[in-house]
Amino acid sequence: MNSQATALNQAPEIFTPATKTTCTQTTCPYCGTGCGVTVQQDDASAPGLISALRLSGDSSHPTNRGKLCSKGNNLIETLDPKARLLHPELNGRQVSWEHALDSAASQIRAIIDEHGPDAVAIYCSGQLLTEDYYVANKLMKGFIGSANIDTNSRLCMSSAVAGHKRAFGADTVPGCYEDLDQAQLVVLTGSNMAWCHPILFQRIRAAKEADPKRRLVVIDPRRTATCDPADLHLPLKPGSDATLFNGLLVYLADHVKLDYDFLEDHTEGFAATLAEARRSAGDIATVARICALDPEDVTTFYRWFMDSPQAMTCFSQGINQSSSGTDKVNAILNLHLATGRIGKPGMGPFSITGQPNAMGGREVGGLANQLAAHLELENAAHRDLVGRFWGSNTIAAKPGYKAVDLFRAIEEGKVKAVWIMATNPVDSLPDADRVRAALAQCELVMLSDCMAETDTAPYAHIRLPATGWGERDGTVTNAERCISRQRAILPASGEARPDWWAICQIGQRLGFSEAFNFQGAWEIFREHARLSAFENNAEGIRRDFDLSALSEIDAAGYAALQPTQWPISTSRPAGTARLFGDGQFFTPNGKARLLPITPRAPHNSPDATHPLVLNTGRIRDQWHTMTRTGLSPRLSSHLPEPFVEIHPDEATRRNLSADSIARIESRWGAMLARVHITDTIGCGQLFVPMHWTSQYASLGRMGPLVNPVVDPLSGQPESKQTPVQLTPFSARWYGFLLTRQRLTTHCDYQVRATGDSFQRYELADSNPVGDWPAQARQWISGNGEWLEYSDPAQGSYRTALISEGRLEAVLVVGASPQLPEREWLGSLFNQPALDEADRRSLLSARPPSGAASAGPIVCACFGVGRNTILDAIDAQALDSVEAVGCALKAGTNCGSCIPEIKQLL
Amino acid sequence: MKKPHLVIIGNGMAGIRTLEELLSAAPDYYQITVIGKEPFGSYNRIMLSPVLAGETTLDEILIHDRPWYEAQGITLLAGDEFEALHIDRSRSLIECRNGQRIAYDRLLIATGSDPVMLPLAGLETPVKGVLGFRGIRDVEQMQQVATRGGAAVVIGAGLLGLEAAHGLKKLGMDVTVIHRADRILNRQLDPEASRLLQRELESRGIRFLLGVNSQRVHSEAGRVTALELRNGSRLPAQLLIMATGITPNISLARTSGLECGRGIRVNDCLQTFDPKIYAVGECVEHRATTFGLVEPLFEQARVCANHLAAHGVASYRYLKPATRLKVSGINLYSMGDFDRQADHYTDNGHLVQLIHYRDESQGVYKKLVIAANRLIGAVLYGDTADGPWYHELMRDDIDITPYRDGLIFGRPPVAPAAGNATHAVTGNTYE
Repeated sequence: MNSQATALNQAPEIFTPATKTTCTQTTCPYCGTGCGVTVQQDDASAPGLISALRLSGDSSHPTNRGKLCSKGNNLIETLDPKARLLHPELNGRQVSWEHALDSAASQIRAIIDEHGPDAVAIYCSGQLLTEDYYVANKLMKGFIGSANIDTNSRLCMSSAVAGHKRAFGADTVPGCYEDLDQAQLVVLTGSNMAWCHPILFQRIRAAKEADPKRRLVVIDPRRTATCDPADLHLPLKPGSDATLFNGLLVYLADHVKLDYDFLEDHTEGFAATLAEARRSAGDIATVARICALDPEDVTTFYRWFMDSPQAMTCFSQGINQSSSGTDKVNAILNLHLATGRIGKPGMGPFSITGQPNAMGGREVGGLANQLAAHLELENAAHRDLVGRFWGSNTIAAKPGYKAVDLFRAIEEGKVKAVWIMATNPVDSLPDADRVRAALAQCELVMLSDCMAETDTAPYAHIRLPATGWGERDGTVTNAERCISRQRAILPASGEARPDWWAICQIGQRLGFSEAFNFQGAWEIFREHARLSAFENNAEGIRRDFDLSALSEIDAAGYAALQPTQWPISTSRPAGTARLFGDGQFFTPNGKARLLPITPRAPHNSPDATHPLVLNTGRIRDQWHTMTRTGLSPRLSSHLPEPFVEIHPDEATRRNLSADSIARIESRWGAMLARVHITDTIGCGQLFVPMHWTSQYASLGRMGPLVNPVVDPLSGQPESKQTPVQLTPFSARWYGFLLTRQRLTTHCDYQVRATGDSFQRYELADSNPVGDWPAQARQWISGNGEWLEYSDPAQGSYRTALISEGRLEAVLVVGASPQLPEREWLGSLFNQPALDEADRRSLLSARPPSGAASAGPIVCACFGVGRNTILDAIDAQALDSVEAVGCALKAGTNCGSCIPEIKQLL
Repeated sequence: MKKPHLVIIGNGMAGIRTLEELLSAAPDYYQITVIGKEPFGSYNRIMLSPVLAGETTLDEILIHDRPWYEAQGITLLAGDEFEALHIDRSRSLIECRNGQRIAYDRLLIATGSDPVMLPLAGLETPVKGVLGFRGIRDVEQMQQVATRGGAAVVIGAGLLGLEAAHGLKKLGMDVTVIHRADRILNRQLDPEASRLLQRELESRGIRFLLGVNSQRVHSEAGRVTALELRNGSRLPAQLLIMATGITPNISLARTSGLECGRGIRVNDCLQTFDPKIYAVGECVEHRATTFGLVEPLFEQARVCANHLAAHGVASYRYLKPATRLKVSGINLYSMGDFDRQADHYTDNGHLVQLIHYRDESQGVYKKLVIAANRLIGAVLYGDTADGPWYHELMRDDIDITPYRDGLIFGRPPVAPAAGNATHAVTGNTYE
């Protein structure tokens, strides 16, 4: 046990203060693109001084070549020490690490002794680094002896994993990003890449600009920003993807455009697959009817695919988050196998992963139905291999609970202790209120997080402060199998520690000292690499995931590790861009499998009481549950509120006016959202963003509405199709409050957004307020000078508090949602003292004559407002996105605002 | 051929403005004689307060000196001896105090008004130091007394009273203003603005006693010493200024048999019941209204001159003028039906709506009164810059709906920030 003691006394030193201006290469912590980031620390005298950090895209990183999207660009704004969890807590009390770890370990031990290993579980996250993930999985499956470790990656790509394994015999992404630059045809299905993976989308844009003959087809029920440069948009009926792809297989067969040699030599199952495709999608008319598409468009898509040998199909949550997600994935893989369009430049199926390290999690076996290093849990030989490598004879033998089932098991008391790491299940899981209730009555909830305030935090008995981005040291793997380093640029905040360290401490306290005696992340990575290489050959068990070239890596080599795509084997030490070009797969007979796909509609279909289909997804400037991006003023200004997109006809039918508030209700839960009326979405459908939590909105969580329906194979929830009802929320007043203070009281509709040195609250309530001055003084405390404007006949009231010349708060209330702009008022919070002109115009909410308001932020990278752009377009007669870019820089970085700029033009 | 003779009785603002209008409309139409009580040329009476306060001098406010009259070929008869005592209308003659008789073809009466002198006990015989605030003589006497310092009491917290109080305070006297109503300037301001103004004047050292009535004037050796209130308290006073209002000066007209009410009755051409005789200014009563502010007088002068010049096209319509207080450093502006209550109905049955703006620590208060989407009144205190604009909106009966939201913040800026629905609603569409 003394190794434990030493390890504890000498917390791992992962940060070495700058002695001069330093430049650190690290990786963005958001989406699965995995962009390289360079952080320059100007001020050598103040190591860890956040204001001294300069961030830019890493021009040497193969993924992004120096570019970053709005989220990546504003990473520094999210490094707010005040928002961090800084000390371990036991039942809300700050305690020492020793105390917290001892208590956790003894409780876990007691529960295991009484109820067995399957009574404990880990629910972790694609946000973890590979090293954290590796030891978490090793602890659970290798030593506690239960496979009850699952991850929020279950919510984003488990269908892709299952599909890959069914077709390839391994969870392998065949292609790479370079293919996006070379493809003649790129098909994006179930992916709003322009907003969710902007840098990859920029590569597609660039390729199209370089060669206009290159084509882009977008398959998505919504006309998203991604459709802007598309040559064809197929707004198919939600969930009908499989039929569309089956139909394509039939079309290609009918036109004899399949690769029959490839089918013959390297695949099996084609006949049955084609037969089922004919049965379900025999001709274009049928496909068009089922998918609610124009037959012309379907034909165009099919012909383009047929005529483009270099065709890529990139799929994301629109495919994966479905009760038939795995089948949809295989319907796509079928096409590429049947045409031999796989593993060669510019072609192939491509799973676009959501999270920074979803792939890393898959590599270590972080899913309840995986073992480790792409080895299989239910295979005795595989278990034996891992057992011998780990020196453990207690390897879990049966799959553990998948995410949704895990929280059911907690609800039923089968699982009595859960350790949640770097994720927020009470918001992100389907039927989220039920998840919350389950946690509320769980015997032991441990939570490792870098943030202090999350919706999950209140349910944790033990909270462990984790290092956050900028402090962490380890590796992540992006969607193209590229392993990149995350490096520390700051010292750990407070008592924060790496997750791997906390996990190892628990492992040691549970008696597995030797197995978890790591002194640094690099040691864990080396073991991970060695496991991937262990008996990975024809005599042993051949598998795709192979880091043998790194199995002797040392601290220095790890520190210097450059972005490399696995396999990184002794035969291919420089990494591997593509797999399967040779037609060799990882199935027992080396042949890929085509699978007959019977299209299935979403599990729950709309009915009289819930006539609309709710779609959920990401927006451009927020990440997951906003625990970090929510701290950035810039990222919070593009779309500051939870909203619901609805077609004009549906809105009219329901007497919904623009910018009013709607109540959305499913059989599982309800939310309130701002109404965005747009014809980019079809009748009968709604879209809401996935991001808002109780930390920012009174009733803005979408998780509670989502039906708890999962894919039978992957266990991935059907988050894109839930039947709901929508009704207008009858607000007696609408308002907004900009204040330096936190608003504690709650209105029916109350949404907070982070401003630059103020908080913005959007408010509405179903009860009238009799005495506004009194109400305002309840919301805004403090002494100072009050300004007041009232026009009761119009339901209009405005007031502001100024103390020592500085604007403290301003409240604007009206009878309709058409309220003045917030931007100019917000900008006044940066003035140490309001000048007289501004003070006079303050309650008019308009800048004094002359000065123009920037308007709502369009370009979040450079903070360029809508009005600024419109004024420049008029004043300088700008006629193109490029011209606007030259004039204002807007749209010249991540480019995700280009569609909006085009609209303005 | 001999020109007709026009005689103007009254050398005040109304008379002179009419004279000027006439000279520009028909320079050589008349041979003109002006009779004035005060022994010098005409001066701008509304500037008496600044003169009293020492903020300007008599010379500064002179409109025309004697040479000007000569230059215009006008006979000026200024001084008490020329005071017109009677008009012999049958013979078209004016008889002056010095016995001189002046024949006229047309006569213009502009005798103005006199301050109301309350008939208080103790004033049965003349008492020195008890004054109105009307003419240069009043100002000169006030300044005389003030040089010896002491206490002054002003009865009446109307515009004139407050201006007098301000002037006397600046001359170093210890000033108390007493007022029957419970708030100052109650005819021109709403309660909230009254409170702000009183606070401001008190900060300048002026005392106010509101809701009180005066009872008796105490004097020694024919000079005022104190004012006794009905509640028994005594206010020492070396000066007692009565500023409780004015009465049209109609004694000459009445004794001459002209039709009078509270003032000399005139029609829309400012003509009295005697077709040869016209009247303008504070001495007239037009459609049951009498006048105390300068703007309507100027309008009357324009119309009257038009008819004297025999053009005969203009017609006088009274528009209630806006109020301003001539106290340096104080901006207030009120107009129209400013004291209407919200949710009550106007005379023509429209619901009254109020818009308020307050920045009290900056001493700013604004109230707009709206009915049927029209501006019908306003009170501005502290920031009066937009007063004239509001007056236009009211005069021209503009529908303010399109920019109501920004109305109280003043004339909207040109060219709204584009692409902003809200801005479109909150104004910028004006002009």
